[in-house]
Amino acid sequence: MKNVRRTGLRALIIAVLIGPVLLGVAQTLSAAFGWLPALGERTIGLAPWRTLLDQPGLATSVQLTLWTGISATVIGFALAFGLVASLHGRAMGRSLMPWLAPFLAAPHAAIAIGLAFVLAPSGWLLRLLAAPLDLTHPPAWALVGDPLGIGLILGLLVKEVPFLALIMTASLSHLPVRRWLIQARSLGYTPAATWLRVVLPMMWPQIRLPTLIVLSYALSNVDMALILGPANPPVLAVTVLRAYTAPELSSLLTAGAGAALQAIGVLITFAGVWAFERLIGVIGRTRLRRGRRGRLSGVALGLAQALNPILLGMASAAIAALAVWSVTWRWSWPKPLPEQLSMAAWQQPGDSWIGPLGHSLLFAGVTTALALMLAIAWLETEQRRGASLLAGILYLPLLLPQIGFLPGLQFGFLQLGIGPGLLAVGWAHLLFVFPYVLLVLVGPWRGYDPLLSRQAASLGAGPLRRLFRVKLPVLLAPVLAAGAIGVAVSIAQYLPTLIMGGGRINTLTTEAVSLASGADRRITAVYAILQMLIPVAAYGIAIIAPMLRGRRHRLLREPRYATGD
Amino acid sequence: MNTPSRGMGALTLLVGLAIGLATPVSAQTGDTSGADWEQTLREAQGQTVYWNAWAGDQRTNAFIQWVGEQTEARFDVAIRHVKLSDTAEAVTRVVTEKAAGRDENGSVDLLWINGPNFLSMKEQDLLHGPFVRDLPNSRYLDLSRGSANTTDFTVPTEGLESPWRLARFVFNYDTARVDNPPRTMPALLEWAQANPGRFTHPHPDNFMGATFLKQALIELTPDPAVLQEPVENADFASATAPLWDWYDAIQPHLWRGGETYPSNESEQQRLVNDGAVDIGLSFDPASTAAAIKQGLLPPTARVLIPAAGSIGNVSFVAIPYNARHTAGARVVANFLISPRAQARMQNIEVLGAFSVLDFERLSDSQRARFEALPDAPALPTREALGKTLPEPHPSWMTRLIETWAQRYTR
Repeated sequence: MKNVRRTGLRALIIAVLIGPVLLGVAQTLSAAFGWLPALGERTIGLAPWRTLLDQPGLATSVQLTLWTGISATVIGFALAFGLVASLHGRAMGRSLMPWLAPFLAAPHAAIAIGLAFVLAPSGWLLRLLAAPLDLTHPPAWALVGDPLGIGLILGLLVKEVPFLALIMTASLSHLPVRRWLIQARSLGYTPAATWLRVVLPMMWPQIRLPTLIVLSYALSNVDMALILGPANPPVLAVTVLRAYTAPELSSLLTAGAGAALQAIGVLITFAGVWAFERLIGVIGRTRLRRGRRGRLSGVALGLAQALNPILLGMASAAIAALAVWSVTWRWSWPKPLPEQLSMAAWQQPGDSWIGPLGHSLLFAGVTTALALMLAIAWLETEQRRGASLLAGILYLPLLLPQIGFLPGLQFGFLQLGIGPGLLAVGWAHLLFVFPYVLLVLVGPWRGYDPLLSRQAASLGAGPLRRLFRVKLPVLLAPVLAAGAIGVAVSIAQYLPTLIMGGGRINTLTTEAVSLASGADRRITAVYAILQMLIPVAAYGIAIIAPMLRGRRHRLLREPRYATGD
Repeated sequence: MNTPSRGMGALTLLVGLAIGLATPVSAQTGDTSGADWEQTLREAQGQTVYWNAWAGDQRTNAFIQWVGEQTEARFDVAIRHVKLSDTAEAVTRVVTEKAAGRDENGSVDLLWINGPNFLSMKEQDLLHGPFVRDLPNSRYLDLSRGSANTTDFTVPTEGLESPWRLARFVFNYDTARVDNPPRTMPALLEWAQANPGRFTHPHPDNFMGATFLKQALIELTPDPAVLQEPVENADFASATAPLWDWYDAIQPHLWRGGETYPSNESEQQRLVNDGAVDIGLSFDPASTAAAIKQGLLPPTARVLIPAAGSIGNVSFVAIPYNARHTAGARVVANFLISPRAQARMQNIEVLGAFSVLDFERLSDSQRARFEALPDAPALPTREALGKTLPEPHPSWMTRLIETWAQRYTR
């Protein structure tokens, strides 16, 4: 009986979270092959693909997508690994989280807007350099919207490096890294070689999933690509979005084919990761047997470490630029600082930010609360062994490109009578908030010492009382951290809000992205700052609250799940 | 939504009726009776109109908000501005709704529209109406056949969309940086060759970029008359050959070598403000004066009008066939063409967009509202704008964009 209820609950969670994804994928695929009966399209065939492939610039789009997505992920992985390795065992490494939190929390769009303010030809960097370099005009080259997508790669890196660094730090807590370093040193290996040849392979199985999530995102994001990416042609995801919003009916089919192509591209790179993993395994073993001590590892790791400060410096400048622009009245090129300051952008009478702020807070609050409840329910009903494949499916929304199923989902929802609006947007946010929350909670839940609950049970506490009075208080810090990440994920959602809201639901993010291509940097900055403040505040609470409480409950220490070895 | 209390509702009803009845029935054109309009006003009460409108311009957004405040106070009709970055988004939504069988209670009530989007919706029977002649304030419009208010990109509007503002293509530039700005397309080419990297235009996917190509086409094509017919009836290749020759010559001298383009005119205005390029463009002759006021262009910026005249068109509002709040949408469309709203719209301190009303049809006191409007140094007069060139048939725009993309996308 209890098992039936448990299975029912888990099935419900999967239905709520994965059902829409499958619905969206099905609609997208059928559109891609010309089958959209509701639209009167009943000619099954390859016509949508032909139209897609005939689009001028499609080949360039695909190349750009692969180039920016793969290089951002590879470089981001290397930089994050360098950061974690260089800080391991130091005082700063233990408190990495507060340092990275602002970048982790900042929505992609806000970072992109800030970077554009810094790196554009007329951006802050060149305003500062204009006098020394004697520039009369902003130069004609650019790192924003450049044909190689360098600006987009930089933007993606700023978001990926902190995320991957955090995940890597968490996974290290399960590994006896210090012991390995000592053993390897006694065998004549440098620490750098040990990190690359021992720690990385041992860590990889735990960080594979987050890395694939990052890869999928880098290949298919829309909001950063709109702001920082090349425009003529843009990356594939933007091309698909354009086809989806074009007025001709037939372009919905083309968009379906484009979305499918996007998904196929992501799956192919996943296969590439799998093959690369095998290859490295084989090569790595033979090289280890040869017994070289790998002096080059130090150079490789050192390079990654050297680039991190540049990246984080750039990201900090981006955030500072947002703050300065939001209180600027006039700042003409090439003045290094604004000529006139004003709070006017914050006081726009016609276009108040209050409404979008309210929507953003509503979605973040409701979806995060729901996601926490569902994730805890999921983990509490988990059987000890097996079912890992089933759990893997919950990450499907993060592994598939958003543009690959959201347009189909909007159409599917409409047929089910769920029009564009709060419910559709909230539901779509939940699809992405839940897996991130789960990702954060899985480790702590597995690391929880069941003895505590057993003792409570022996004292007569029922299951709910054990959960609320013992387990949750002990796991307060990870629950708050998961909540903070949930808030950050919801706030950052662009495509789900745009597509599922039918354009009627404005959040800070949709406003910021649409304003980013406008004339007024000052108002854009206001939205970007607000967009950033909410998740940063949530992170602040998640970091500070357990510290304050820690003083009172010294005995209720949580297990060592993320404190390093 | 936020329905006021019963008492308030009754009060606004009275006010609304008073205004509605102030319109002498005899003066109305068409077959509308005052009673029909009263019925519309009654139905509209308490409705919230989802007005889908391009939101790339802050002043227009503020004006739309003002319109909402007015209609709420006068007719108990609230407006929710659904902000679009491209009008096609809303057209797609209506198409999708029709496809999903949602023939009533649609999500779009009122739509700022013109040109190809209008043609697309008209051809697919996605529009409510004809309704324009039912609007009491339509008596202030010149609705004769072939007038600017009844023709949208050469396509007869047939009462399916109601006009609200005039648009005219203009360039702008900073007089402090440019001495002799070019006023014809051949002169622009020479200027760009002499000043490489200092001119660009929005990407033709954007209507402003497409309009620039159309303006160039009208100036360069041997016989502009063929542009008034659907493109199928003309020899596209020979009509556009001079345009592509000209464009091949100018492209290498564009900003960043023409390898990328600003995504819309606002982004280009930012480039002008930053000094990254010297010439901007706009579909609103008042935008330069307004941008100076907002600190978004230097005070020395001025409008530049093409010597041979420039493309002009009328912006309309239309109501989708499945709109949920049809009555409310009609009330808003009617308020938009009231002399009060039009005079406020033409005020440079508010929006500065030229009115669509026929001044001959206004009373002296109504005309006085327009004559009392403030002036600004960067605001051109109606006379200075010169000749209005008609928009080509929408099919030309579609073909131009496609051909441009084939020729110039890497």
